[in-house]
Amino acid sequence: MVNILYFAWVRERIGIPKESVETNATTVRELVFELRQREERYEIAFSDLDSLRVALDQDLVDFDAPLAGAKEVAFFPPMTGG
Amino acid sequence: MQISVQSDPFDFGHIADEFAKGHTHMGAVVTFTGIVRDDDLGGLDVMEIEHYPGMTQAAITKFAEYARDRWDLGDVLVIHRYGALKPGDMIMMVATAARHRVNAFEAAEYLMDYLKSRAPFWKKEFVNGTARWVEAKPEDEDALSRWD
Repeated sequence: MVNILYFAWVRERIGIPKESVETNATTVRELVFELRQREERYEIAFSDLDSLRVALDQDLVDFDAPLAGAKEVAFFPPMTGG
Repeated sequence: MQISVQSDPFDFGHIADEFAKGHTHMGAVVTFTGIVRDDDLGGLDVMEIEHYPGMTQAAITKFAEYARDRWDLGDVLVIHRYGALKPGDMIMMVATAARHRVNAFEAAEYLMDYLKSRAPFWKKEFVNGTARWVEAKPEDEDALSRWD
């Protein structure tokens, strides 16, 4: 079981801020693949990974990072702070 | 070191004054303040800033510790707000104290570059009643590479 968080327009497109999912994915990319199979709103939100960023347990990683027991996965657009 | 992620406004003058006091071995203090900028036609009603509560404080602390060590800072301060802000409101401030001004300026610039592209904040603008997410700019990403 992994907790998934969504922020900014990713949250708006998927329609919820967070959820818990059962997954057999071993990498972030595999998890995204599983999510995209679920419903069209996921397919739309994850259609362009270049426009997305991901954090595992609050650390930025790339999409090939192993899930390796991560408790929290967060998907969001490139950050616009400052 | 002081890192604060908050919705409340902050008193820039007071904080800058307190920060600058008492550093008998630090010859330079640099402060930077970011302000919500209206568009050219004056149409910005509100800017909403969302963040990732579990990550923001830790991410900023990591950059600040790196800056402190790399530029040998005597002290460093970062305040970043979230929530609904209006044109003219202060969004954030950075302050650095160093023995010499080059280090204080460089460390402040580094922190600004990292806050822009690596701290988990997202800005949404409401212009004349229409909402749009602010997009990251390629030049912001390019700005990071000079610190490698």
